[in-house]
Amino acid sequence: MLHDRDRIFTNLYGQHAWRLEGARARGDWDGTGALIAKGRDWIVEEVKQSGLRGRGGAGFPTGLKWSFMPKASPDGRPSYLVVNADESEPGTCKDRDILRHDPHKLIEGCLLAGVGMGAHAGYIYIRGEFHAEYKNLQAAIDEAYEAGLLGRNACGSGFDFDLYVSRGAGAYICGEETALIESLEGKKGMPRLKPPFPAAVGLYGCPTTVNNVESIAVVPTILRRGHAWFAGLGRPKNAGTKVFCISGHVNKPCNVEEELGIPLKELIERYAGGVRGGWDNLLAVIPGGSSVPLLPKSICDTVLMDFDSLREVRSGLGTAAVIVMDKSTDVIAAIARLSRFYKVESCGQCTPCREGTGWMWRVMERMVQGRAEPEEIDVLEQVTRQVEGHTICALGDAAAWPIQGLIRHFRPLMEERIAAYKAGRARPMPLAAE
Amino acid sequence: MTDRASPAAAYEGGPDNFAFSEATRKLAEKQIAKYPEGKQASAVKGLLDLAMRQMEDETGSRWLPRAAMDHVAGILGMAPIRVYEVASFYTMFKTRPVGRHHLQVCTTTPCWLRGSDAVLAACRRAAGNVPDGTVSEDGEFSVEEVECLGACVNAPVLWVGDYFYEDLDGQATERILEALKRGEHPAPGSAKGRQTSAPEGGPTTLKEVPPHQPYRPDPPAPEPAAPQADAGE
Repeated sequence: MLHDRDRIFTNLYGQHAWRLEGARARGDWDGTGALIAKGRDWIVEEVKQSGLRGRGGAGFPTGLKWSFMPKASPDGRPSYLVVNADESEPGTCKDRDILRHDPHKLIEGCLLAGVGMGAHAGYIYIRGEFHAEYKNLQAAIDEAYEAGLLGRNACGSGFDFDLYVSRGAGAYICGEETALIESLEGKKGMPRLKPPFPAAVGLYGCPTTVNNVESIAVVPTILRRGHAWFAGLGRPKNAGTKVFCISGHVNKPCNVEEELGIPLKELIERYAGGVRGGWDNLLAVIPGGSSVPLLPKSICDTVLMDFDSLREVRSGLGTAAVIVMDKSTDVIAAIARLSRFYKVESCGQCTPCREGTGWMWRVMERMVQGRAEPEEIDVLEQVTRQVEGHTICALGDAAAWPIQGLIRHFRPLMEERIAAYKAGRARPMPLAAE
Repeated sequence: MTDRASPAAAYEGGPDNFAFSEATRKLAEKQIAKYPEGKQASAVKGLLDLAMRQMEDETGSRWLPRAAMDHVAGILGMAPIRVYEVASFYTMFKTRPVGRHHLQVCTTTPCWLRGSDAVLAACRRAAGNVPDGTVSEDGEFSVEEVECLGACVNAPVLWVGDYFYEDLDGQATERILEALKRGEHPAPGSAKGRQTSAPEGGPTTLKEVPPHQPYRPDPPAPEPAAPQADAGE
């Protein structure tokens, strides 16, 4: 169990003042100039050694990502830091708390990350729906400029760094890094083919690194307290703390910062007041935001909440957004609603995703009613495999995985639903018709 | 892709002409200044948002007529079609008029599990059960089901204007809608009086945070025999 002394986000719930004065009292902007003075290589090495893995879902080592940025710019192109604050993965609302309650942790992190990757400008792309959060963030940036913490000679370090906020306008796909870059350039948010990767050709064709809000906001604390402190929390290769969002059928939904590797059951019972009706009333949990396959109770009993443990049970940590469903849930309808989400949010660029998400949603809607043939479960499963891995970005995969998880763990329920429908109305349905 | 009419076949009831007011123009210049020389197209979403806000001030409906898209295209030196593309791609740009209060109800799974059906029903009743996306007869309300708003531990969530109303049920929603109709500004946030994303009843963590210890950088050139006590914690 994590002690309060090891929690990074000490104003997670907004109990304290979020402005500069309050943030300084909590330790933000302490010795930033001295950290910068230690140099670019030291910063990247510290972050590497800390074991920090990206907090936006993919879990890629943050320090390693930074090291892909060019050391010098032979052709005069600038480098950019872009922060992904387009938090829209269903179940996820952690960055919101950082943006509105701890904006200075993020801003200081941007400056230090900028030093680490040799970027003198950064853009924070915040989802358009977060208006109050945008107001706080912009006010915090303005304060930081006034105090000499940003801009020319930031923190008296001799390093120039400008930071801007850019608002999105409603599109889940812009959480994908290359779609986000397109959107920042004033276009539709359609993902780019990789390679080239953003570290070579990103924003405005310049070297760019896109990081999640939480990944950046933990950096100042890691640098001040040392990589060993952060690496000592969590589990091997799954280091540090993480903000978990616990939603759905729990008695007290909440956000909480805990160590990676905490047992799922402990997370729910200790912090979220337990499953509604008790642990035995649990049906399933989506452990990492809507894109990862759900887990039935039997796995939830013992699984640990970290990247590798969840991968072992064929799910994922994703954004650590824990969506809890008790036994009153129509789990087929819950997943069908996610299928609709992906159908709405598909950008339409790749045919397997554009057509597949709509097809999967329509079949899922029939599965909710049981208005299908049992063989269609296999057809549906095959179609998810046709979408998965056949698109430019991971939205196609994300649309496929929840359905695969449902079929893997709740196939008997789907068959039962079909049988019940047939018992009520015996006429067979045309196979996989829409 | 969303099922929305393309703005090229735009809603015809909008104004023939639209221009930024002096106040909006100043805000627009601040948006454009965020981006490098020659990259002013980056400001397109910001300017379209400003256009919608000006429409709201002028007409009571925060929406984006074709004339406003053309105006933004002119300011940014973009081909109008590039602006229409953006306007039709992002869901926050409403290419048809909305009610004075556009009620956007999140019905994605985390909100649905916590009872967004009741919130949606209350909104539809308040709008006189007109079809979603159209404006109620009195012009007060229009309703739209939206995807995850990113406030899932405070589900279900209703988004009106710039504010999230959280931890709702049918009755709490009705109270908020009645207040909006009376021209009041009901306080956003949790309808249960929760402190943001903390669990109901108050935080279970962050109660024993020690005061911050000033940061002492390591000595610049560590001696070979330097004690390790200061490294990390």
